[in-house]
Amino acid sequence: MKRSMTSRRTNLMNYATYLLVIAFFAVITVMNSSGNLSSIMKGMLVPICAYSVMAVSLNLTVGILGELSLGHAGFMSVGAFTGVTAAVALGNHVSSAPVRLLVGMVVGAIFAAIVGVLIGIPVLRLKGDYLAIVTLAFGEIIKGIFNNLYVGLDSRGFHISLLSDTTNLDPDGTLIIGGPMGLKSIPTIATFTSGIILLLITLVVVFHLVNSRTGRAVMAIRDNRIAAESIGINVTKYKLMAFTVSAALAGAAGSLFAMNYTTMVANKFDFNTSILILVFVVLGGQGNMMGSIIAASALTILPEALRSFSTYRMLVYAIVLILVMLATNNPTLKSFFSRKKKTDVPLDPDEPGDGDEGKEAV
Amino acid sequence: MKKLLSLTLALLMVLSLAACGGGTAETTEEAEGTETTEAAEATETTTATGDAFKIGGTGPLTGPAAIYGNAAKNGAQIAVDEINALGGDIQFDLRYEDDTHDAEKAVNAYNTLKDWGMQISLSSVTSKPAEATSVLNMQDRIFGLTPSASSVATIDGKDNVYQMCFMDPNQGTASAQYIAEQSLGTKIAVIWKNDDVYSKGIHDTFLTEAADRGLEIVSDTTFADGNDTDFSAQLADAQTKGADLVFLPMYYQPASLILAQATGMGYAPKWFGVDGMDGILTMEGFDPSLAEGVMLLTPFNADSDNEATQSFVAKYKEQFGEIPNQFAADGYDCIYAIYQALTNASATPDMDAATLNDLLIEQFSSMTFDGLTGESMTWTDGAVSKDPKGMVIQDGAYVGMD
Amino acid sequence: MTFLSFLISGISLGSIYAIIALGYTMVYGIAKMLNFAHGDVIMVGAYICFFATSRYEMPPIVGILLAVVVCTILGIVIEKLAYKPLRAAPILAVLITAIGVSYFLQNAALLLWSSNPKVFKPIVPTGSRITLFDGQLSISVITLVTIASCIVIMIALTTFTSKSKMGKAMRACSEDKGAAQLMGINVNATISLTFAIGSGLAAIAGVLLCSAYPTLVPTTGAMPGIKAFTAAVFGGIGSIPGALVGGILLGVIEIFAKAYITTQLSDAICFAVLIVVLLVKPAGLLGKQIREKV
Repeated sequence: MKRSMTSRRTNLMNYATYLLVIAFFAVITVMNSSGNLSSIMKGMLVPICAYSVMAVSLNLTVGILGELSLGHAGFMSVGAFTGVTAAVALGNHVSSAPVRLLVGMVVGAIFAAIVGVLIGIPVLRLKGDYLAIVTLAFGEIIKGIFNNLYVGLDSRGFHISLLSDTTNLDPDGTLIIGGPMGLKSIPTIATFTSGIILLLITLVVVFHLVNSRTGRAVMAIRDNRIAAESIGINVTKYKLMAFTVSAALAGAAGSLFAMNYTTMVANKFDFNTSILILVFVVLGGQGNMMGSIIAASALTILPEALRSFSTYRMLVYAIVLILVMLATNNPTLKSFFSRKKKTDVPLDPDEPGDGDEGKEAV
Repeated sequence: MKKLLSLTLALLMVLSLAACGGGTAETTEEAEGTETTEAAEATETTTATGDAFKIGGTGPLTGPAAIYGNAAKNGAQIAVDEINALGGDIQFDLRYEDDTHDAEKAVNAYNTLKDWGMQISLSSVTSKPAEATSVLNMQDRIFGLTPSASSVATIDGKDNVYQMCFMDPNQGTASAQYIAEQSLGTKIAVIWKNDDVYSKGIHDTFLTEAADRGLEIVSDTTFADGNDTDFSAQLADAQTKGADLVFLPMYYQPASLILAQATGMGYAPKWFGVDGMDGILTMEGFDPSLAEGVMLLTPFNADSDNEATQSFVAKYKEQFGEIPNQFAADGYDCIYAIYQALTNASATPDMDAATLNDLLIEQFSSMTFDGLTGESMTWTDGAVSKDPKGMVIQDGAYVGMD
Repeated sequence: MTFLSFLISGISLGSIYAIIALGYTMVYGIAKMLNFAHGDVIMVGAYICFFATSRYEMPPIVGILLAVVVCTILGIVIEKLAYKPLRAAPILAVLITAIGVSYFLQNAALLLWSSNPKVFKPIVPTGSRITLFDGQLSISVITLVTIASCIVIMIALTTFTSKSKMGKAMRACSEDKGAAQLMGINVNATISLTFAIGSGLAAIAGVLLCSAYPTLVPTTGAMPGIKAFTAAVFGGIGSIPGALVGGILLGVIEIFAKAYITTQLSDAICFAVLIVVLLVKPAGLLGKQIREKV
């Protein structure tokens, strides 16, 4: 009985999330066609979508799988660099921008998934902060490699070199990835519509995963690994599966994000970006996908909305961030909102999982 | 659910905070706001009415690169104040937005300025952001003159984006030529920053030109963000390979560390820097003896006897408490170059950005400009042509090398 | 001989990482939180010392003491305002708050002290060095000072935590907060004390860092902070000798990677070694492997 109640509530939340995304799309489209959308808002639409996808995909790792990852931007980077390379290479043969964008995102997702598996196999054996630091390390390694990678394309095909540019391209060739110069002359084919579609696909994938047998196994591992193991759940397999899906989605988001700008460097996807995405997840609530999307959108807009503070902008941003964390975790406020709920067990601080919707679905 | 509720509450707080802070700025913008969107619909350009030209620029005002953005902004502000004080027909309204040295944030900053009604753009201060915003300058037909974004890609393929600084490859070539012509060194080491467009651009052309001129590069080492404090390995490599000249295509902050560490190791080769090295002497607490004998190619010299430079330096010191570096001088020159072009074209502030764009392209492709960072500057395809001055640091001051 | 000089620069860099890592490790051991603002407390300490010695020309020792006092107070204030209300909150909420504090300190420093780099006046003159083996090997004095301070701090801290009453209370809190409370230990006061000590150490680390690498900007502490955090995990987070071993190894690996492999990928190599170590020893070099209770 209780089970069906909670799962109905979960379903309701899922539909509400889809609805929110579609409503956002509708409002923006109407505003745009009536000319009420400022340039700054227009410019931020694709990043908002990309960051939302990043937040939802990281929430899969942090909220559902219960592992702290500090290198999520690394997957974004892999997606951005491989996806753009594919889109540029395709540019000579296919003129349709949506097709190139789609191929770019798919290629980005595939490569990020491959990297996800390669990283996941060793990393997921570790626990807690050790896992966190290893993901951070991988993020930095990926950044280091892309900062030294040269990929060129000419009539003879791809030329790849590391450390120094020895691609020796034909005169008609283009250097797609130029080491520290990063991605040069990216086709800016990302659109708001494609961003919303990617976000919806992400939500479908994540919700289906969470509500499936796999998802329940993953959450069982999060809540008690030993108990899950004892009832015959293959811990490594399910962990790896969730981690890889999360990486693939981040790769697609990275590809979308990069194709919104003419230029992109590996340093963009550093530790700070990983942390930024983690902030979205924590602020939105672990396991709460709608919260992730709202937090990602709000925190992308916030620094721009604070521009009138001029030099005090980032200071105010920091204060707001601290205050929001204090407010959302304030026991008085919390108990005010959860007065009706009887189960407010104090959480074990060692447990990264947090009381939330996702957990209740188990 | 409770989490969501409390989050919503928190966000409301955030937005109300942003709203009250934004109050004053928004009301003034409202008047233009409606007009701007109308114009944007019709011609994709921005119009502004008023008696001052709206000039906007983006640069890193916070974060690790904040020093460059703030310098350019302050320099430009001094020029604007001077021109406005003249009370002539041309008045400026300058607004700088923070891009934290990041392409994504630069696009946001640019769009904010566009919504404000920017008529003329100072592009971006640093190269990577400028590569992203200059495309928008081109699309929106808003003229851009960057004080210091020196990469080729900033101006490449854009008819309305101009540079006030040297282009990176020119600096690399000029440095190698200078070293070869003056026979400054036989074995050369290069230390460069391999995640920086500026450093990479100079390094690559320097190596090419050095090979053509028969200079021997014995050591070629790098550093990167987050790895820019300890240079003992790079210096030891140069030292053991017997380099007698070390070329430092980088900004002055890491350069000051390299000089200090080399002194600590007892390694004293000749040092050769580029325009980013300018500013090293003005760092608070810097021991000028460390930089004794350092050579650099720079367009600006804060110690110059030039009257205009001296007045600029004095004003800068008075307002901002620091000695201006090359970025500040570039920002100052940008405003005066635009001022000269607008005067020549008899432009008025009620013209829209597209009209001004065409007028400025016409002026900049034909005019000659004398500024703090060079005399008789001219522009071709957006790139400036001016002579770099070879300087050597002696007793804590620049001295012309030839 | 070059090998030896690389080794010494590695140990010197590593000693600084180790002192910073100590701050991370102590706070983590007791409050179970990653204090990402630690690196920025280092920066504040360095600025305080800079203003004392360069602007007001006080002797270095006064500058250091002043920096330690200011940072200790700063640490206590941060703990009171930002971390204490979150004692019962999930660990990630505290992590994000720490990041907020880190942004706050960086941007406050930017506004207060401007973005222009300051050149730190080293506590011993630059260029003063000792030469050995007929001038084949030269070691700068600041290197020796750094290594010596690192060792002294390490011994002092180990003695403090194992011998003094306060230190024992800290260890008890790190083992089991609930049980410690029942034994009459004031857990809140102990956590505050840990922050105070950690921040005081950060000030010393700041002075040493900037004496060895004398440029000072508002983001000076950020990257050494992350590296030191890596070092703390490397050695086994929560373990004081682990921080020393982790810090020094990280410093040596970093210098060797630059000197013998490639400067371009040195950070990547560092992190790759870290990953390998953690795969072999999942709790770090000297960390305690805690068996999970069923």
